[in-house]
Amino acid sequence: MALTLEQMRHVAKLARLELSDEKLLQLMGHINALMRHFERLQALPTDEVEPTSHSIPVYNAFREDVPGTPLPREEALANAPQARDGLFIVPRIVEE
Amino acid sequence: MELHELSLSELSERLRRREISAVELTESVLAQIERLEPHIRAYITLTPEVAREQARQAQARLDAGEWNPLLGIPIAIKDNISTRGIRTTCASRILYNYVPPYDATVVARLKAAGAVLVGKTNMDEFAMGSSTEYSAFHPTHNPWDLSRVPGGSSGGSAAAVAAHLAVAALGSDTGGSIRQPASYCGVVGLKPTYGRVSRYGLIAYASSLDQIGPLTKTVADCALVMNVIAGKDPLDATSVEVPVPDYREALRPEVKGVRLGVPREFFAQGVQPEVAQRVHEAIRVLEEAGAIVEETSIPMVEYGLPTYYILAPAECSSNLARYDGVRYGLRVGEERGHIGMMERTRAEGFGDEVIQRIIIGTYALSAGYYDAYYLKAQKARTLLRQEFDRAMAQFDALACPTAPTPAFRIGELVSDPLAMKLMDVLTIPVNLTGLPALSVPCGFVDGLPVGLQIIGKPFDEATILRIGYTYEQRAGWQATLRHPSGIAALLS
Repeated sequence: MALTLEQMRHVAKLARLELSDEKLLQLMGHINALMRHFERLQALPTDEVEPTSHSIPVYNAFREDVPGTPLPREEALANAPQARDGLFIVPRIVEE
Repeated sequence: MELHELSLSELSERLRRREISAVELTESVLAQIERLEPHIRAYITLTPEVAREQARQAQARLDAGEWNPLLGIPIAIKDNISTRGIRTTCASRILYNYVPPYDATVVARLKAAGAVLVGKTNMDEFAMGSSTEYSAFHPTHNPWDLSRVPGGSSGGSAAAVAAHLAVAALGSDTGGSIRQPASYCGVVGLKPTYGRVSRYGLIAYASSLDQIGPLTKTVADCALVMNVIAGKDPLDATSVEVPVPDYREALRPEVKGVRLGVPREFFAQGVQPEVAQRVHEAIRVLEEAGAIVEETSIPMVEYGLPTYYILAPAECSSNLARYDGVRYGLRVGEERGHIGMMERTRAEGFGDEVIQRIIIGTYALSAGYYDAYYLKAQKARTLLRQEFDRAMAQFDALACPTAPTPAFRIGELVSDPLAMKLMDVLTIPVNLTGLPALSVPCGFVDGLPVGLQIIGKPFDEATILRIGYTYEQRAGWQATLRHPSGIAALLS
């Protein structure tokens, strides 16, 4: 299994990465070398096997529902590339 | 011997006996940084003012009669662990200016104990890499040979401890990122059991695999740091409520009757014969001390690397979706509208290795490929876990090399994606199964340090610390390890 340039373009779009075809072709070599290495996994019989998403089982990690102190708004906004009036400023997302 | 060359255990004892002051100790480490940091480049951000202030506060507590093993000890923190008010970059352009508004739980605990923060250490971008060459800022040099890598991704932390630019450090380990650099730099590194140490404030790479742990000069030092950072944290729902022992009790040189399994597959996998020899010698030392050594087999290990390189990128593609130029970090291309801004910010903010993993992960999770890749890898993870469970039922711990070779040269493997990733082939299975594992220096090959990896049962860090301590006491590498060959000339 190897990714084609067409698939690379599609996946880059899904991941919100603006990459030129030249860049994608450059990355494709490395990515497909790894994909080829994954091939051996396909031969592993796993029909009767349950998947593991979490190596150490934890069930129902409940805690007391106690109100805490949230991060002050100024601190939450302190790292924003642009902020005004207590809000994050982003490019316009709705047409006028 | 100069103060900064001593171990954490030795220094805390001297502080307790009031033979030295915390201020004096911090100045000694800062002076060593001044001399060597231009050659090693272990740090992304140095915090000498913070260190001096915290050292004064620590000394005030000591003067008031207070003491604990970490009070006044200069410590370095990997730059993916959040420090309130101190820039935390993940060695990425996308977070080049990010200043966390809160401390990671491990940092809060170290501060409460009175540890002194020296700086934030270099790493592979977002902890993705095995050499620290994927840092967006600069590479780090191995203190044993400046032309070589310190390993990665916690390469800055390992190099800082080896070159005495900090007394101890924290790193993070997703596929070997504490143990492999510890092995390359001749220091002790522990990846605790998944859930043993809070990940709150650790900037996520692969959440089901990431774990914070110590890099230290000795096994005793490792136990002292673990005493402070281990334990359930309400802020991390995956941290586990299992009682934390006093790890100092594990510091006994006795392994009589301890059953030690030696999985033969961990000596294939491209392991250099001289490395295998050093590790076999180390295992013999433990056998002479009374351990019962027996060969065992974990055939699934060969599937560890492909399993990891599907699951870790899948989790990374999801975790790194948050970097969109809106709330923090880099923003590029505002004139292109909100989607264009995100696409340009991410393309310019992430380095190639991170982009590759995002692409692989997005692909592995995308419609039509999920079952063939992600689900398949999760099932392989189950099989790997079952094999480890079977081995762990027979043994108290497993012993094997940490990495297949000693440190390679800077630039040697950057263009060979698979060869670099194979450096993690012996550490990755441990992350996939959540087990704890310790790397302890076990000698040298061509003048470069080699690590013995000791893998334990879930939440039984105490046993692997005891085995590591026994080996360390009997092997007697400490005097050599104090003086890394690559910095000797710079200091004379």
